[in-house]
Amino acid sequence: MPVSLDWYLIVAAALFCIGLYGVLSRRNAIGILMGIELMLNAVNINLVAFWRYLSPSTSTGQVFAIFAFTVAAAEAAVGLALIIAIYRSRDTVIIEDIDLLKE
Amino acid sequence: MVQIIVFIICSLITLGAAAAVVTSKNLFHSALYLMLSFVGVAGLYVLLEAPFLAAVQILVYVGAIAVLIVFAIMLTRRLMAKDLVQRNAQWAWSALGAVLLFAVLSVILLRVNWPVVDAVVPDETITILGQDLMGTYMLPFEVASVLLLVALVGSVIIARDKE
Repeated sequence: MPVSLDWYLIVAAALFCIGLYGVLSRRNAIGILMGIELMLNAVNINLVAFWRYLSPSTSTGQVFAIFAFTVAAAEAAVGLALIIAIYRSRDTVIIEDIDLLKE
Repeated sequence: MVQIIVFIICSLITLGAAAAVVTSKNLFHSALYLMLSFVGVAGLYVLLEAPFLAAVQILVYVGAIAVLIVFAIMLTRRLMAKDLVQRNAQWAWSALGAVLLFAVLSVILLRVNWPVVDAVVPDETITILGQDLMGTYMLPFEVASVLLLVALVGSVIIARDKE
């Protein structure tokens, strides 16, 4: 195979770290959610790359990737619903202003 | 050779768009770059000979999740004012941490000797995948459907107006 496994892993690691930076540096809750989606995608690239290079004759890696898709979809739906609910009651989605437990 | 070029293009699209997602000042632009990044990842799946996953990636991520995020941005639109600071005070430390994590991960990934096999992907991959989902992985498959249903009902209840 012309592209070696290492390159896919490096790209996935870079994508994960970009997502991590987004999660840690954004003030807006929706921006944080986008960072999480990037990180989940990086994990999926890893799963599919390992499937392709380590055991392409079985379907285990792809099945795992499909379950990761499912969980990501559920996470996005619930996360955005929470953000909308918070926006309704607190009138903000800036994470620093959502400090109900501090008061 | 062609594969290497396609790999480089897909990686650049994915990583460049991802960098734009986390740095863009306008959150709406971030969401659009997010779609582009998902398309790049779908390209990587095609290159890895997983066409079914590439299709699912386009359908679920670009078609559903990204649109959902755009909806959420629209619903909380008042906070998208131009002068709003999108980075918090700890962004420099976050960047340092992310770069350090990437360095550590790359060193580890390049040092491990992965047991790569030189097998080819069987032609009927999608058939095997479907049979495994309905056979070996039957229980997780059904649990995943319950999870989706619970998430759907739960998000409707969380997001609806209380009055």
